[in-house]
Amino acid sequence: MHPALSVIFFTTLSGAGYGLLCWAALGALGGSASPRTLLVATLLALAMATAGLLASFWHLGKPMRAWRAFSQWRTSWLSREGVAAVLAYVPALLFAAMLLPAMIGPHALGEPVVYGARGIAVALALLACALATVACTAMIYASLKPIPAWGHRLVLPGYLGFALLCGGLLLAALDASQAGRAPSPMAAKALLFLAAALGALKLHYWRSIDAAALPATRGDAVGLPGRTVSVVERPNTEANYITREMAFVVARAHGERLRGLALLLFAIAPLACLLAIGRVPGIAPAAWLWIAAIAALAGAFVERWLFFAQARHVVTLYY
Amino acid sequence: MTALPPPSKKKLGLVIDLDTCVGCHACAVSCKEWNAGGIAGPLTDSDPYGKAPDGVWFNRVHSYEVLGDGRREEEDGESCASSPSSRLPSPDMTLHFPRSCLHCETPACVTVCPTGASYKRAEDGIVLVDEDKCIGCKLCSWACPYGAREYSPVEGVMKKCTLCVDRIYNEHLDEADRQPACVQACPSRARHFGDLGDPESDVSKLVAARNGVDLMPEFGYRPTNKYLPPRPRRAGGDDARDDARGNAGAAGDAQATNPLKWLDRILGR
Repeated sequence: MHPALSVIFFTTLSGAGYGLLCWAALGALGGSASPRTLLVATLLALAMATAGLLASFWHLGKPMRAWRAFSQWRTSWLSREGVAAVLAYVPALLFAAMLLPAMIGPHALGEPVVYGARGIAVALALLACALATVACTAMIYASLKPIPAWGHRLVLPGYLGFALLCGGLLLAALDASQAGRAPSPMAAKALLFLAAALGALKLHYWRSIDAAALPATRGDAVGLPGRTVSVVERPNTEANYITREMAFVVARAHGERLRGLALLLFAIAPLACLLAIGRVPGIAPAAWLWIAAIAALAGAFVERWLFFAQARHVVTLYY
Repeated sequence: MTALPPPSKKKLGLVIDLDTCVGCHACAVSCKEWNAGGIAGPLTDSDPYGKAPDGVWFNRVHSYEVLGDGRREEEDGESCASSPSSRLPSPDMTLHFPRSCLHCETPACVTVCPTGASYKRAEDGIVLVDEDKCIGCKLCSWACPYGAREYSPVEGVMKKCTLCVDRIYNEHLDEADRQPACVQACPSRARHFGDLGDPESDVSKLVAARNGVDLMPEFGYRPTNKYLPPRPRRAGGDDARDDARGNAGAAGDAQATNPLKWLDRILGR
């Protein structure tokens, strides 16, 4: 599939934004982060989600009609994603408003706020909306049967994993910058686990899609199952929409190299940075965490490019 | 609404005969001609007379080589005609394959549409795009395994075969002309239009008689359009058949030039 930069920007940037919203909600529920960190995290997350949503407009032929995409949530995952993405702004803005009084109070940097029932409800709603948005994004791809690499059962966990890893590293980096402290042992363990699990998940996914053939043959495509069919002449001398959009081919050697780069950036670099915190004198935890967060985002971008470029569409059988 | 309507009684569609299609592209050209000015028009081109002409087509004709029955790629080079068996396998052949929208019973291109621009008509099952609602997200083209939908970068919307909905019900046209442009243009009568929901219709009878097939039925989209597979070809012509019967090569040559033998061969088809 043709890797459109606008869609890759959208899924990685918004994914990380919604992941950060999840962690902000969890941070409030767990009472581990200061109100200022949470407020900055919420605003950064909303900025990332908004930037991603705007980027996704670039690939639309008629962006001014985008509002129509909220209408078909009964059948379309893309529509559901749009609804969930916008719906998440409601608890996110309420959450930010809730943090404001504590932010200007005397304990802005210190003690975490203890939230009432209403606060817990808002944080839970934010968590649910953010997770639902990322899940809908994944389901847009996972529901397309003609692209078997996207229908793989690891696609949904992969999207959630990338959102949570990027978001978690960003919140840890923000917290370390604001409060100047290393992440709590529990947070550090969670991030280490996420990075390692995501690395293993993608390795398994890549091996699995490399081994799987398309679910149909060219014989099936022309209604002659079991026969050996080869192309004599294409319908047109030049490329067309179908070949440009669906028949994108990335050289195997390049693919391998990019997979290595992605793995290095989103799994190995964050693991190394998290383990290095406090072990190298003179380097603050915040520096390690920002490196880890930016590496993970860059890795997610490379991985998402490959997710498109290496996915084969059944329609390529005709060409 | 992108929710699918309950299955219609009437299922308008095409039956395409791969036995008689000669790959002349007349269907594709007449489709382009009609639809450039029809309800789905314009069918935009970019650089049409330049170095890399590009444009939207609802119908594209592919040409393939099909190896003889039971033959696989790895056996290539081994001649079928020299096979000594009495039951000769069919020879390799050329297959011309017109590809267009199949107007599926359960089309994923409709249900994935976020705007409601894509829809399946409840009355006759035709799948259409409302170009005034389409946002050009291209998701429907990803959802179709048959490559039926093409994006027009000029207009920013998705385009597809309309089954010439503006011809088949058009009372300004003679009754005989109320069929899709591709069907009318086909010089070898390889395209047939009709109601595939009615088992008594000509197209349904044709499909039954010729064992018409769905393309890639395993995807579960239940195409309305059917393809008639090519009839079995005789292997290697009459000489080979004679050889297989044990006749000498020279006798075979003599027989092949005999006008009566020639007539017999033509009538025997």
